[in-house]
Amino acid sequence: MSEQRFPDPPADPQEAEREVRPPLAGPVTDVVVALAVVGLGVAALVGSLALGAGSPRTPGTGTWPLLVSIALVGLGLGLLALSGRTRDAERFTRASLHVLAGLATMIGFVAVVRVIGFEIPATLLMLVWLRFLGREPWRTSIVTSLAAVVVLYVVFVGLLAIPIPHMF
Amino acid sequence: MDLTPVVEGFGVVLEPTNLLFCLIGVVVGMLVGVLPGLGPAATIAILLPITFGLEPVTAIIMLAGIFYGAQYGGTITSVLLRLPGEASSVVTVFDGYALARQGRAGTALGIAAIGSFVGGTVSIVALSLVAPVVAGFALDFGPPEYTALALLGILLVATVSSGHRVKALVAACVGLLLATVGRDSFTGAARFTFDNLSLADGIDFVPIAMGLFGLGEILYNLEERHRRVQAPARVADVWPSRSDLRASSGAIGRGSAIGFVLGVLPGGGATIASLAAYGIEKRRAKRPERFGQGAVEGVAAPETANNAAATSSFIPLLTLGIPANATMAVIFGALLIQGVTPGPRLVDEHPDLFWGVVNSMYIGNILLLIMSIPLVGLFVRILRVRATILAPITVLITLIGVYTVGNDVFDIALVIAFGALGYLMKKLGFEPGPLVLAFVLGSLLEDSLRRSLIIFEGDATGFLTRPISGTLLAAFAVVALLPLVRAALTRRRARTPM
Repeated sequence: MSEQRFPDPPADPQEAEREVRPPLAGPVTDVVVALAVVGLGVAALVGSLALGAGSPRTPGTGTWPLLVSIALVGLGLGLLALSGRTRDAERFTRASLHVLAGLATMIGFVAVVRVIGFEIPATLLMLVWLRFLGREPWRTSIVTSLAAVVVLYVVFVGLLAIPIPHMF
Repeated sequence: MDLTPVVEGFGVVLEPTNLLFCLIGVVVGMLVGVLPGLGPAATIAILLPITFGLEPVTAIIMLAGIFYGAQYGGTITSVLLRLPGEASSVVTVFDGYALARQGRAGTALGIAAIGSFVGGTVSIVALSLVAPVVAGFALDFGPPEYTALALLGILLVATVSSGHRVKALVAACVGLLLATVGRDSFTGAARFTFDNLSLADGIDFVPIAMGLFGLGEILYNLEERHRRVQAPARVADVWPSRSDLRASSGAIGRGSAIGFVLGVLPGGGATIASLAAYGIEKRRAKRPERFGQGAVEGVAAPETANNAAATSSFIPLLTLGIPANATMAVIFGALLIQGVTPGPRLVDEHPDLFWGVVNSMYIGNILLLIMSIPLVGLFVRILRVRATILAPITVLITLIGVYTVGNDVFDIALVIAFGALGYLMKKLGFEPGPLVLAFVLGSLLEDSLRRSLIIFEGDATGFLTRPISGTLLAAFAVVALLPLVRAALTRRRARTPM
């Protein structure tokens, strides 16, 4: 076995993973995230109070959510204090647009599945993911998309008789 | 100890359907372990809809097979390609890959398979002995004990998750809030439903698990983070020599014990067990410098420990109803879907399920030992199936699969929303595990707390005066305060001139 087939192992095996990670996000992202957590906590707190906070002797519908939302607000403020120090958030890059595109195909799927069934949106979703997000050749993309949807149809509609909206 | 249910459990496993699903589970698990990307929690979440039509025992036997099968599979890519398929196999890369470079990949895989088998089996035997005792002890638990136990479980999982502690606790709080959506079980009042009828009965566990673990992972991997896969090492001489076995026997023994103990602790599990076992072997070695250069003990210890831990992490779930890690949280959800509530009464009320699942692990481990070596070539070939092709197929299976939960398109919308949340969480450094775990424990925690407060007539000090809940809350305080004390000490030491 020739030595050249193997690059030197990294000192830390997780290094191989880190190489392809996008750059770290800056403190602005940390602040936005912390404020979002505080916002969620405050919204839940207001909702809990509206449900009725109750008392320790007679806990009400809103007692437990109130306790959790107070903890969430506290943790959000803690995150705010830690801004710029956690260093585990990744920056959103151009590659993140792929994620948006992927999400858009799924939202498209759920928007039309009730009207035209799952076959066409599923084929289109496969095609977008294979051809545009995965950069597979057209031939592979078309053949794989059609084959996958036929198999899913046979399994879910034919064999398992799941009442998912379908066209055929 | 009455051995009749144990023996009957073997009868359950040996039914052809259960054997078949045990086999399917371990093969799928190995595949999942081999393919970097989707972990066992994600795969089990995606496969949840398949289990709806199965008997509870069959379903859990398959899901458990996926979990411990993944520990085997993760080793193969660690050794051959320096790509740990699972976090619990990261440490195997050090010596496994070094052995492969020396042309001894087969030895590494053989030792790993034997270690995994021994670790898994020792852990099953210990589980069979310990679980009924723990369950018997927990039968006396009342609402205050469950409140304390659930709080401690969530805190421990948040503490040892790979992300920042505060972020893990935020995720846990969000999980607890999501669990409050729907009808209040005490008063029947609607909470946070926004007049949406689909939310009236609360959010189902399946879209949360499938979205956060499954779609979230897939979306995260869309950001062109695929690593180049190198040509794998050739595998020859799979069976380790007698001297290799002798060298690793101690490591396998210690790995079994460490794995069993760390797997039982909430928040523990396969990854921590593998790291601890490796560290201990290195510290004990006469020539620690051999570690990282191809020491067989460096493969034997973590691989034994991760399998032992994977098995023993079933103990808190099956005896207390408290999942010890994210994958167990998903299995907890699967049990609830099947109408089985895990907890101390499980051993008595569903002995077929309890002993069937436990004993299926013996069979599963034998299947894995038999299959893992001959199938290495096949698994390496599977690695060539591009993620770009697997990803959209998995997405479609998820979208259609989640529909089967309640035959409601709203569930598809929910799974997409949780997929987006899962992506954002991973991107921003929040682990989804604590959220899912807190979600499944949420209603237990709230119910127990409210019942306890009613019992104590509003006096919260009642939690501290009961011995078990008091001890658990003291442990909670220690776990919560220890990092703060340690940080303060480090700061003081840094300020003190050397």
